[in-house]
Amino acid sequence: MTQLTDNPIDTQAVLAAVATPAAGAVVLFLGTTREFTDGRQTTALDYEAYRPMAEKTLSDLAEEARRRWPIEKLCIVHRLGHVPLGEASVAVAVSTAHRAAAFEAGQWLIDSLKESVPIWKKETWAVGGTEWVHPGMEPK
Amino acid sequence: MRIRVKLFAVARDLAGRSELELELPSGANVAVLRAALVRDVPAFGPLLPHMQIAIDSRYATDDEPIGPHSEVAIIPPVSGG
Repeated sequence: MTQLTDNPIDTQAVLAAVATPAAGAVVLFLGTTREFTDGRQTTALDYEAYRPMAEKTLSDLAEEARRRWPIEKLCIVHRLGHVPLGEASVAVAVSTAHRAAAFEAGQWLIDSLKESVPIWKKETWAVGGTEWVHPGMEPK
Repeated sequence: MRIRVKLFAVARDLAGRSELELELPSGANVAVLRAALVRDVPAFGPLLPHMQIAIDSRYATDDEPIGPHSEVAIIPPVSGG
């Protein structure tokens, strides 16, 4: 299951979505909004997505992960809009029979999400001003 | 052919709108689109090489043709997660 949401991520629901007696391991990764980046203080983070493509790319990643690892269930939820500091902006949960595959698949999914899913983060700096985060691109 | 291009994040801020319309020769590919985008929004110039183009929700290469009904979007470097 993959999902974009405008609401806080319910981590218990994410865990419930991957629960199955077939699994001996569940790995849950949460990406949370961080206050300091390279010494600069953030007061808020806002996420936006190109929704149809983000949904398609997320489900393509889920399909690819299932090809690579013996996954019982997986769940990816990305939150959009305003995310207060310390709250989860993304959750990735994977259940597998044995733990090695769950760790590997979970890591691959979050790394791939950050590389290819069309979602963008905007920092609101404590000293004032906002800035889109575009890795590898010079600030305007 | 008349093409609509969706804009996000810094691309939308630079253009001052969330979508723009361009006239392209029929059968134009992504490279032709890129040149037209810089003519339309000169501020894209230095940044466009860092941005990808998506056609119908897939990342497209510069030689890929654009159809009259394609959904086209500029994808600046992503930062989800």
